[in-house]
Amino acid sequence: MSKSTQKEAPLTMDVFTAGIWKENPVFVMMLGLCPVLAVTNSVENSLAMGAASIFVLVCSNALVSALRNFIPKQVRITTYIIIIATFVTLVDYIIQAISLDLYNKLGAFIQLIVVNCLILGRAEAFASKNSFGKSVISALGMGLGFTLALVMLGGVRELLGAGQLLGYQIFSLNFEPWIVMILPPGGFIVLGSWLLLINYIEQRRTGKLIAEDAASHCTVSPTRSS
Amino acid sequence: MTESPPPPPNEVPPLPSSFSLISTLGVVAMLSGLLVVLIYEYTKPIIAENKRIATERAIFKVLPKATSRMTFVVRNGQIERADDKTIGELIYAGYDADNNLVGMALNAAEQGYQGIVQLLYGYDYKTGCITGYDVLKSTETPGFGTKITTDKDFLANFNCLDAKVNSEQTGLINVIKTVRHGTKQNPWEIDAISGSTITSNAIGRMFNQSGQALHPIIAKNLALLTTAKESERGEHE
Repeated sequence: MSKSTQKEAPLTMDVFTAGIWKENPVFVMMLGLCPVLAVTNSVENSLAMGAASIFVLVCSNALVSALRNFIPKQVRITTYIIIIATFVTLVDYIIQAISLDLYNKLGAFIQLIVVNCLILGRAEAFASKNSFGKSVISALGMGLGFTLALVMLGGVRELLGAGQLLGYQIFSLNFEPWIVMILPPGGFIVLGSWLLLINYIEQRRTGKLIAEDAASHCTVSPTRSS
Repeated sequence: MTESPPPPPNEVPPLPSSFSLISTLGVVAMLSGLLVVLIYEYTKPIIAENKRIATERAIFKVLPKATSRMTFVVRNGQIERADDKTIGELIYAGYDADNNLVGMALNAAEQGYQGIVQLLYGYDYKTGCITGYDVLKSTETPGFGTKITTDKDFLANFNCLDAKVNSEQTGLINVIKTVRHGTKQNPWEIDAISGSTITSNAIGRMFNQSGQALHPIIAKNLALLTTAKESERGEHE
């Protein structure tokens, strides 16, 4: 049986917030891109997929963490997949019970949460090595970060592709929708644009920090005249 | 004095016993099964009710004059009374407030561009017309294939799409087919949506298949369908 022997880092706010921005699963780790590209043609679909992913992520990480000392290393991935598949099946039934229309809109992508590498990745990389509370908090942060990314994509695609947000007309009826935005290429275009913008902001921020750091540590050196 | 030799650098840790591996997987699988069964049993009646509401909504949408409905199933070319849980080719008959048969709602499905398109359509047995449809399931491309529910010109095809049964009651008089946009000449032809030809063709094929198979059976069993509501009322009284 595998035992966690290393002393664990304390539970801080960073554990929760890392997944939302600093280690955002979509914009930073680039995980689970299949549903990100497939279901983000509207904000409603993005929110539903985000909520389903949060449920599966939190429940599976909680169970993996609770059982981490009892699961032999040799069968850990199989066990994680069984646990994840269980919660995906549950969420599948729950969505059918809440709204059949929503279930039909999301199609096969609910079942495909089983193979979302974000969920298996977090179970293997985090939940299997950390305490129950920390795993749940981290999973919640990651799930919210995933949902945020889905909504950021879904919002732009629905706005430009249909002139609406959450079904409410935003642009005038004279606006000619950019159909490409709600088609698969639109997913790639919007994801690429968000990545470009986020990386640009991040690079500028990092550059500024480095410059400030250098300025505070630098010693005055004599200038050389040519 | 002898010292114990250091362990080799690449020593493989001992494997746990097979019993330990099997029992772990067994326990996790049992827990998983228990959770799935619990949620399945809890949500089953809710999902069934949702499906019933969705079916009912679709039936009354394609048969707007109907105020009540009855379910039948086709077995060996005959129509029998059934309920919504019956497995098989279901026919929904719609009746007005005076228990007169106003039409039937029939299922049809065909492969579209991205997946199966599933519809429920209204059939007026008096005029032999397909009078409209409601999309039950579709994953067609937004903005293209989804026009089958919004394109006014396309929907106008179904004000009265000719699906009359031949005199031998073996099939339709005319094969229902989809034609290129702007070339429709006959009432049994469907004017395709420009840019959504594959979905338009799928609609034509599914109506033809369903019409050829079901409309003659309806014609042969019309007496049962028209009197079923009265008979049911008689049974209750």
